[in-house]
Amino acid sequence: MAAPSLRIRGLVKRFGTHVAVDGVDLDLAPGEFFCLLGPSGCGKSTLLRMIAGFESPSDGVIEVGGADITALPPHRRPVNMMFQSYALFPHMSVAANIAYGLKGRPDVKDRVADLLRLVRLDGFGERRPETLSGGQRQRVALARALAREPGLLLLDEPLGALDRGLREETQGELRGLQRRLGTSFVVVTHDPEEAMMLGDRIGVMERGRLVQVARPVDLYRRPASRYVAGLLGDVNLIPGRLGPAGPDDTREIVTAHGALTAQAGDAIFAEGAEVVVAVRPESLILGQGSLTATVEDETFLGDRIRRVLRLPDGTLLRASGPPGASPERGTTTQVGFAPADAVILQA
Amino acid sequence: MAAPKPDRIVARLLRLPPFLWLGAFFLLPFLVTLKISLSEPATAIPPYLPILDWQGGLDGWSSFLEALNFTNYLTLARDDLYQAAVIGSLSYAGTATLVLALIGTPIAYALARAPERCQPLLVALVVVPFWTSFLIRIYAWIAILKQEGLLNLALLKLGVISQPLEILNTDAAVMIGLVYAYLPFMVLPLYAVMNRLDPSLREAAADLGASPTRVFWTVTLPLSLPGIAAGAGLCFIPMVGEFVIPDLLGGSETLMLGRVLWSEFFSNRDWPLAAAVAVVLLVIVIGPVMLFRDSLRAGGEGA
Amino acid sequence: MNGVTRTALWLGLGFLYAPILVLVAYSFNASALVTVWGGFSARWYTALFSDAPLIAAAWVSLRVAVLASLIATILGTLAALAMERHGRFRGRTLFTGLVYGPMVMPEVMIGLSLLLTFIGIGLDRGVATIVISHATFCTGFVAVVVSARLRGLDRSLEEAAADLGAGPLRVLGTVTLPLLAPAIVAGALLAFTLSLDDLVIASFVSGPGATTLPMRLYSQVRLGVNPEINAASTLLVGLVSVAVLAASILTAKRGG
Repeated sequence: MAAPSLRIRGLVKRFGTHVAVDGVDLDLAPGEFFCLLGPSGCGKSTLLRMIAGFESPSDGVIEVGGADITALPPHRRPVNMMFQSYALFPHMSVAANIAYGLKGRPDVKDRVADLLRLVRLDGFGERRPETLSGGQRQRVALARALAREPGLLLLDEPLGALDRGLREETQGELRGLQRRLGTSFVVVTHDPEEAMMLGDRIGVMERGRLVQVARPVDLYRRPASRYVAGLLGDVNLIPGRLGPAGPDDTREIVTAHGALTAQAGDAIFAEGAEVVVAVRPESLILGQGSLTATVEDETFLGDRIRRVLRLPDGTLLRASGPPGASPERGTTTQVGFAPADAVILQA
Repeated sequence: MAAPKPDRIVARLLRLPPFLWLGAFFLLPFLVTLKISLSEPATAIPPYLPILDWQGGLDGWSSFLEALNFTNYLTLARDDLYQAAVIGSLSYAGTATLVLALIGTPIAYALARAPERCQPLLVALVVVPFWTSFLIRIYAWIAILKQEGLLNLALLKLGVISQPLEILNTDAAVMIGLVYAYLPFMVLPLYAVMNRLDPSLREAAADLGASPTRVFWTVTLPLSLPGIAAGAGLCFIPMVGEFVIPDLLGGSETLMLGRVLWSEFFSNRDWPLAAAVAVVLLVIVIGPVMLFRDSLRAGGEGA
Repeated sequence: MNGVTRTALWLGLGFLYAPILVLVAYSFNASALVTVWGGFSARWYTALFSDAPLIAAAWVSLRVAVLASLIATILGTLAALAMERHGRFRGRTLFTGLVYGPMVMPEVMIGLSLLLTFIGIGLDRGVATIVISHATFCTGFVAVVVSARLRGLDRSLEEAAADLGAGPLRVLGTVTLPLLAPAIVAGALLAFTLSLDDLVIASFVSGPGATTLPMRLYSQVRLGVNPEINAASTLLVGLVSVAVLAASILTAKRGG
């Protein structure tokens, strides 16, 4: 059995009294594409910089390929990083940038040529970084970071500096490259869509803690908290109290609009606890169900229609569905959802 | 918290040479001066009593402490000449700083508002004199200001005056010299600040109905105050200890500390007293240095 | 407003340059008198080049400036690196005080205190003591220039080098120093000019046989206006103007 490419235990980073990273545990399988997702200031960059060796942890252990690297300086670590600013050396050519990490190895020239080809920049070796476009610079930075064939590549907002169109194209490329090389990638991003598109698994960070680690689909459908649910997209939250258990791992929730049934989820709450039922807009079914609502507003978005629904007590719900005429604005309709599409979360 | 090891060794290696050099040639000389200012003059060469009996050990130290005396400082405090020199240094430097702020502000503003592509050249024009010999620039004023100099010649020709004015070797000449020599130090930091001001602030003020004059007084000038502070610090501090300008352009009655120290040292050969003047000068300068510390740093980088 | 500011600019530049232009004009005046224009002449330049003491003084100044700026550049760069890249250490306040102190210390005080020290430790006064003194007061200026550039330098460049396997010394040699080169050169030039220009400190710490150009000029200037000095000044001004203009054109090109 291969050692996990990255193993982190109890990692803590304190800056004075501020705890930037607060007890993170993480295991990465070899060849895994992992995304660290969270808003700025949540500690994801600090976590990345600790793995690279630019910050020393206040506590905890970092292992790469089974070896403890916690105390190693950056230049002795079997890990490479692609910087958010790319950090291309402005006083060196593209080839010299890529060759920088290959000092003392045989066949530097061939290796650089291979890497240039890998990122589709053959013939750009003698150019200076400042003469390249943003996308080209990004690829040089990637080639440079891959030159030493690290078992683990860290990427800090790798697509953050690119235009929207280019970003989507590059996401696909990055994904393809990673699959081909079999290198483990850890990407830091604040963009949920990007994380979902890239990651085999996503780790969501909130105030220094890794609050949930899951595959994109599980993260979206089974968020562990209101924070995660809201981070990954629009969500309706209906407050209530937890009722008795139902069949097939469902629970009943007593709300102002009557009893609802939803998936129990991983979190275990006592009966009577205050909870919310989280339902994605596309999971709301119009025309049937136990809730009665008025269609307050509708927005045509081409491939779907978004409706704002008002419950009798004034609560607003957002529904999203395939284009269709009914129900029209101003009409009253029944609303419901399948228990499997709803999650019970702490209020 | 600790940085990785090789880094710390490198850091120590980087620090050591400047530390040793400046310790030996800046900190030690300062302490030596302090000590000598507290010793009695002697008619010998060097004309003061030993700094410290290095062989003496602890006894040496106690006799060192006993030997301290404040005669020189008492002399300074009692003598009108030195009081006048302190007041003179402060008032020349203060007045010149004020004048510099007044004439430097419009110049810096004009620089900042000049067309973008002209600005490097104009800034270079302000900088060139700064790179030119200070001594020579002050010397040039002698030819202009003296009795039969260019200024008097011109004024006589124009009929403004009938008798040549006596400007050289007066306070006026010293002021002209100070303002002239330090003008770039006022203009450059001020320009750096003004140049960084967001133009949309001015536009917003104008859009809200402010006339160009009101925009200047209510937006540009208040936001440029850090630049004026930096410039004032950069000018005032060296001017207090100025020697060349009062010496070449001033008269015998122009009393400034730098000049007094110089003559105490070179003419009167009273080294302990000169050392005491140096310490007084330093004490006077320390206040403004602390006051202007932050703006000086900002200004130093802008220039 | 526009007219007013433009007038201010031209008046200011006029004020800055009038004395220099006067010097240049008089350097070509055949007459030795300021009041009389005796026709165009290069005689003062000829006199200048046969003025052996003046030329000797220029050589002393040049030697001092080269050595002092070299030492100051090394020390100032090291100090800037220590302060900006390895910021937290014991005695940091003392260290910064030592580096920047000489910049705000009155020249007369630096000169006097160094002289007293040189005598105290029995060091013979001459070119060496001037070099030491100039290096001491120029170090801070180099440190300021290099520090500013270091602060503007993207830290991740050095981190990227370390990440790619470069140890601290290789990072310094292959990334930090090459990127600092323009600032180091600017700092060296500043130190060179300050050393070349210094009268006060050199007057204190100089010994017999070590007369710098400013010291020589000063002793002549005290005697009054001297056309030979006008010629010397014109040469200096010309040299400096060319250098500064070239530098500003170069930086403008790079910046653009």
